[in-house]
Amino acid sequence: MDALDLARWQFGVTTVYHFLFVPLTIGLGVFVAGLQTAWLRTGKEHYLRLTKFFGKLFLINFAMGVVTGLVQEFQFGMNWSDYSTFVGDVFGAPLAMEALLAFFLESTFLGLWIFGWDRLPRKAHLACLWAAVIGSNLSAYFILAANAWMKHPVGYEVVGGRARMTDLWAVLTNSTALAQIPHVVAAAFVVAGGFVIAVSGYQILRERGLPLTPRRTGRGLPETPDLDATVPLRRTPGMWRTALRGALVMTAIAGVVVAGSGDLSGQLLREQQPMKLAAAEGLRHDTTAAPFSPVPGVEIPGLLSILAAHDPNAQVQGIDDIQRRYATSFGTADYTPNLPVVFWSFRLMIYFGMAAVGLSVLGLWLTRRPRKRRGSRTERPVPSWFARLCVLALPLPTMAIIAGWLLSEIGRQPWTVQGELMTAASVSPGVSLAEVAITLAAFTVLYGVLALAEGALMLRHIKAGPEPAPAEPVRSDPDAVRLTPTLMY
Amino acid sequence: MTLTTFWFTVIAFLWTGYFVLEGFDFGVGALMPLLSRNEADRKQVIGTIGPVWDGNEVWLITAVGAMFAAFPAWYSGLLSSFYLPLFLIVGGLIVRGVGLEWRGKVSSRRELALCDAGIVTGSVLTAFLWGAIFGNLLYGTAFATVLGGALSLTLAVLHGAVFVALKTTGPVRARARMAALLASVGAVPAAVAALSAIPADHGSAWMWAAALVAVSTLAAGVALAWRRREGMAFTATATTIAATTATLFGALWPAPLPGLTVAEAASAPYTLTVLTWIGLIALPGVIAYQSWTYWVFRKRLTSAVSDISVH
Ligand code: HDD
Ligand code: HEM
Ligand code: HEM
Repeated sequence: MDALDLARWQFGVTTVYHFLFVPLTIGLGVFVAGLQTAWLRTGKEHYLRLTKFFGKLFLINFAMGVVTGLVQEFQFGMNWSDYSTFVGDVFGAPLAMEALLAFFLESTFLGLWIFGWDRLPRKAHLACLWAAVIGSNLSAYFILAANAWMKHPVGYEVVGGRARMTDLWAVLTNSTALAQIPHVVAAAFVVAGGFVIAVSGYQILRERGLPLTPRRTGRGLPETPDLDATVPLRRTPGMWRTALRGALVMTAIAGVVVAGSGDLSGQLLREQQPMKLAAAEGLRHDTTAAPFSPVPGVEIPGLLSILAAHDPNAQVQGIDDIQRRYATSFGTADYTPNLPVVFWSFRLMIYFGMAAVGLSVLGLWLTRRPRKRRGSRTERPVPSWFARLCVLALPLPTMAIIAGWLLSEIGRQPWTVQGELMTAASVSPGVSLAEVAITLAAFTVLYGVLALAEGALMLRHIKAGPEPAPAEPVRSDPDAVRLTPTLMY
Repeated sequence: MTLTTFWFTVIAFLWTGYFVLEGFDFGVGALMPLLSRNEADRKQVIGTIGPVWDGNEVWLITAVGAMFAAFPAWYSGLLSSFYLPLFLIVGGLIVRGVGLEWRGKVSSRRELALCDAGIVTGSVLTAFLWGAIFGNLLYGTAFATVLGGALSLTLAVLHGAVFVALKTTGPVRARARMAALLASVGAVPAAVAALSAIPADHGSAWMWAAALVAVSTLAAGVALAWRRREGMAFTATATTIAATTATLFGALWPAPLPGLTVAEAASAPYTLTVLTWIGLIALPGVIAYQSWTYWVFRKRLTSAVSDISVH
């Protein structure tokens, strides 16, 4: 282990950790804003309760996204100073734009939303949330454009050992970015949708007094719900069904975008990052009609060629051949990424993510509107087994999105900037092994503790359920500090 | 003015915005237990910065992001050479941010105490370390490091105390006034020592002027806090921090790191030009909507009367 290895671990650990929270912020923010909009337009009280309930979960998560993001901003300079000096001219611009155009919007308007319930006119208050949510999504655009540049550098020249930007527009409309941005953002909506689906499934079970897992009970004994019995249930017929269906629609639509843009990414890989594509299949030699293995040992002929070029007979480059070509043009070195990780992360991303999308399609079908039959318009109830499935599926989209990043980042190795800068040449020369080791250990401990705390806090608020609706809309004195934990802060 | 000089000024401006704005919320965080006798007081104190602290912190993110884009070698050199202190700063900002955001969402006393510990530790540590880093950068001695840290911490505490006095009513406001007066006992000598040394060593006339503005507004701020003219006092302490930051960046020109000049560190003219356009378009908007936030939350916070105890 040298400082380079530890710095890589540190980057991987902290970035993946940041990205555990990011997707929920991106997707759940939009969902909450949608709920609040529905409340304003229909005046139906359960939309308000759902807004506040999911709004609170959103904020608990948002806090973690913000503080872990700060680490990222510093990390490039702290651990990757040679990289930062090399790319700053190009890479720094989208980062600075992210802060100026997105983070300010997001944090300022979110503060207004959280504390502005009683102070702002209703429409202005809602507009604040939309502004914050647009900020989150805009931040994804800029950071992903920066990340895409590392995979497919464009709009620059290298002068005196440093990359120099020649065309900002080219950087912001990089083909890789235009495929990656909808992919990641839509994947974030899958994660957020999966979260709302799981929470709604849980609440539906709870209203029915059913346990999470069907359990065998003694003869004649009633099943006791294994849920926190101290919290009184406040039933609102149809509320969770509404939340569930909203999230099912969101997830299904996002799933289509994820698949479409993922397909586009695959096509781009063939031209831009052939090694990543070859590694994802473990394809050794340049092959026409290249096969794809859904699991090791089972090969479907021509499928990889279809994925990579929409043509079953297209040629796909193989690892050993690319290695030879790279060695000729860039000098002798090992240009092969970690094969098993890349192979498996590609599959798990697709399997886990698409399983969640499939679940949402199934749910939409199960709860579809019944055909109108002479007056009776009863809705189909959400089957209890499906509600259980919803809860169990909670981790799937997150595992998919993380697998996607592992594919993307580990598959790029040994390059930090494809074809320009190797990872080994990116690390800070002046930072010692001990320094990286200390901070890596400290981050791991701190992050572990915070993850447990966030999980516990989320779970508690989920169990407590939404607050009861006020009998009368009270406008309290906005400047008096409230003592009881309030709806929002 | 060349593009490089202009961008150095922009970065100094962003750091100034950061120190002025997050300066007071560091102070509020650090003072929170001292200004409070009970949970109602603590809610009142934290409530003054609740809506704004995150927006304030983005000034740091922007300052650092702009350094990355405009002066990559400065960004990477500074961050990698102050590795451990910056790690502590980031750690401090993490526990502080989580404490502030989660404080209203936890329920037991123990959890509230943990959040408060995060807020206080994060605020004190970070406020101290920024000054320490810049003191060390300028002089490289242990004395300068400690003096810089003491200056930034005491100024933040003073600034925060004045802010709480401005934004609250009742006993908390009275205690905040006392805290401001007490903080000045540390802040004034630290400021005089640091702000006479820096211009003396770099010797340009405008730095002397800036240092003078800093020290005199500091004295004025204390006097105004004494006379309960909190709005004016806050303007004065904000000016102190701004003028101190200006002096600091004056000393960092033209070599922000030992052996590295601004010209060497700068990005190419194309990048600086596009950044200029983006900044010109975005910054006025940011300043406008952040000001609007302060306008929306302009009223003093009163304490909760109906004292429902927190379990
Ligand atoms: C819910 C999550 C999720 C789902 C269901 C999918 N992906 Fe994905 N994928 C990601 C989440 C993700 C990601 C985390 O968002 C990545 C990592 C970086 C990126 O650009 O997106 C990613 C990267 C990524 C890449 C690498 C891009 C690059 O590194 O340049 C390819 C080729 C695909 N995906 C292809 C697909 C295909 C063909 C999918 C199914 C039809 C698919 N992904 C579903
Ligand atoms: C703009 C966004 C991103 C940038 C600029 C970026 C850049 C980098 C850099 C500089 C490294 C370190 C050097 C290396 O080992 O290659 C790295 C590694 C890594 N990144 Fe990213 N990254 C980004 C987003 C992400 C995200 C969101 C994730 C995951 C959630 C991620 C996962 C990883 C992992 C796991 C590694 C370690 C790879 C290894 O050591 O083999 N990255 N990335
Ligand atoms: C590795 C590169 C990354 C850096 C340097 C970075 C930087 C940051 C910073 C500084 C913040 C805090 C902003 C605040 O205080 O409001 C943040 C939060 C955020 N980041 Fe990242 N980030 C990275 C990766 C990503 C990626 C890849 C995405 C999106 C696809 C993303 C989306 C967000 C969002 C939506 C937030 C809002 C806060 C939250 O997550 O809850 N970030 N990031």
